[in-house]
Amino acid sequence: MKISPNKTPMKEQSPELRKQNFSEVALGYTPEEAIMEAQRCMQCKNAPCIKGCPVGIDIPSFILLIRKGKFDKALEKIQETNLLPAICGRVCPQEKQCEAFCTVGKIKGHEPVAIGRLERFVADWEAQKDNPKMPEIIERKNKKIAIVGSGPAGLTCASYLAKKGYRVVVFEALHEFGGVLTYGIPEFRLPKAIVKREIDMIKALGVELIKDVVVGNTITFEELRRDFDAIFIGTGAGVPKFLGIKGTNLIGIYSANEFLTRINLMKAYKFPEYDTPVLRGEKVVVVGAGNVAMDAARSALRIGAKEVTVIYRRTVKEMPARIEEYHHAVEEGVKFIWLSTPVEYLGDEEGKLRKVKCIRMKLTEPDESGRRRPVPIENSEFLLEADLVIEAIGQGPNKILLNSIPDLELNSRGYIKVDPETMQTSIPGVYAGGDIVTGAATVIEAMGAGKRAALAIDNFLRNDSQ
Amino acid sequence: MGYKLVEKKEIAPKIFDLIFEAPEIAQHAKAGQFVIVRVDEKGERIPLTIAQKFDRQIRLVVQVVGKSTEKLSKLSVGSEVEDIAGPLGNPSEIDEFGNVLVIGGGVGIAAILPIVKALYEAGNYTNVIIGARSKDFLILMDDISKYSHNLIVTTDDGSFGMKGLVTDAFRSLIKEGKEIKIAWAVGPVVMMENCSKVASEFGIPIWTSLNPVMIDGTGMCGGCRVEVNGVIKFACADGPEFDGRYVNWEDLKKRLVQYKEYEMKAKKFNNRG
Repeated sequence: MKISPNKTPMKEQSPELRKQNFSEVALGYTPEEAIMEAQRCMQCKNAPCIKGCPVGIDIPSFILLIRKGKFDKALEKIQETNLLPAICGRVCPQEKQCEAFCTVGKIKGHEPVAIGRLERFVADWEAQKDNPKMPEIIERKNKKIAIVGSGPAGLTCASYLAKKGYRVVVFEALHEFGGVLTYGIPEFRLPKAIVKREIDMIKALGVELIKDVVVGNTITFEELRRDFDAIFIGTGAGVPKFLGIKGTNLIGIYSANEFLTRINLMKAYKFPEYDTPVLRGEKVVVVGAGNVAMDAARSALRIGAKEVTVIYRRTVKEMPARIEEYHHAVEEGVKFIWLSTPVEYLGDEEGKLRKVKCIRMKLTEPDESGRRRPVPIENSEFLLEADLVIEAIGQGPNKILLNSIPDLELNSRGYIKVDPETMQTSIPGVYAGGDIVTGAATVIEAMGAGKRAALAIDNFLRNDSQ
Repeated sequence: MGYKLVEKKEIAPKIFDLIFEAPEIAQHAKAGQFVIVRVDEKGERIPLTIAQKFDRQIRLVVQVVGKSTEKLSKLSVGSEVEDIAGPLGNPSEIDEFGNVLVIGGGVGIAAILPIVKALYEAGNYTNVIIGARSKDFLILMDDISKYSHNLIVTTDDGSFGMKGLVTDAFRSLIKEGKEIKIAWAVGPVVMMENCSKVASEFGIPIWTSLNPVMIDGTGMCGGCRVEVNGVIKFACADGPEFDGRYVNWEDLKKRLVQYKEYEMKAKKFNNRG
């Protein structure tokens, strides 16, 4: 059978319409479209796609089930390894993972199978039903595990352990669960109702989730060690970095974390119906070109900015954002200035931001990250008018919890040191994974770490009870 | 799950004394720490200093200044707030210093109560100055006097105690020859700034508890950043107490009013129809 060269297209809201609302941009497949796309899969015996998946979903099997129209069975297949499929189908960088290994994608002139879109389809399809099917738990165990942080790493670790029958309690510092899925990724890319739905699935497995608990403060780490048989730390990266240039404390300068938290977690885009405000800039400059920068730029447009400019010290080639997110931003009218960076923020007498002084950069030899290092070009300063700047230049580890655990070994960058196989920290019985180990990375990598830790915790507790 | 309001009293015009059921926080709170409160599903996260802790309860003293504090003041006893997270921030650095001074202004008088108590219990000689606009605004005086060796009260209008500002009392204390090893000042920004100036003049370290706009309260957003000694610090994670002699007060004052027009909009929205 001839394989069509392109992915079955997925409908989207038009750029003109969507930049004025927070509804989801991508609208998903119909059953017919999903079956059509599933037919593009060659069902390779060696399944290279699975190697590209950090949680190892049996991809060819679930796609075959879609092809046969057995959507419920397809979801069950995915749920054997992943309880967050509607989230992963939306936010995984499939082009660097499963789809990068797809055999169809290797054929000249062909796009890989749209694995992410198919994963999303089955998850959404099943959720439409009144009684979505729950995975079964075989045997109940009485050992207790504490999970610190309810982001992707923690939720994945919790779901694996709960399926094995353990008693699992997840502690969240904020008032909503989901970590970056809730405070970081915007509604138009990952609707919060979907996050809630998948978290409800994990609750249905018997996992207890408790909000407003800042571990280290509300309860101490020693108390957790006393009350639980094992602990998983998945607190995320968390502390925003600032360029630290002159004028950083002017009014109108946000970290991306603050800007996105106000909008996503606090729903400031619905102010004054919701109480938390967010400064609404007319001319917005976003610093950095990762996914977080794209989310910030596109959110700024949606709350009414007239002009949004992303400024990045390297070029489009080195840009860390997913290409799809970049395209979405361009379609919506976000402008890009490459090879430049702010050097000073200029304000008025009230302390409000008015202008951003920038400098042009050029690329030199590659640095340790393999990317060419940018250096400023002398006398190339220029001014941008701006009343809002959002710095999206990365994050560092949050020390609140780490400082309260003296025996916990950290690496040179201040993140938790773990055994990469088992995710065990320097303290036996204490595991960690996600951004608090790797520094800022992707949702699915954090989930992979959560899964590895869960398997290791299971082993540890089995040996422990012998 | 919510946090139950078990007691409520208006102790001064627009100042409310609230006691909430929050056992974990009560068990772990130390002097100088705060909580983040979110009244309801649509509410802001607002930072409030813990004025006192009991076995299973915490005491918060709230001045009505905007929509969120108004919501708090209108809660009826027995009802619940959606969230209280804490204790947050670093505890006050309590030690046996000898002769210490703690200054509380306005609603900040409530915030100094745990500090005065901790210093008293650590064996210090506690000089305490509390100040308010007038007699009606002097709060928690009985509680504070229990832990004060030397309590001085000031009012702007002279309706109680010494007529004048807390800084006047601060100066006369030093004139009397009291050698203050270390001081604390909690209250309105201008008061903390002026106390810091006096402390600076006499070379006294002075802890001030900063209250910038916050969201998460755990170091995650950087909204509460303040400049101390030329370096950017996060009040929630690095503070909330900083040596006032090195705080950039102008910067803090500007940042405190950054949402002023939004606050007015919120109030209008709240009072509509």
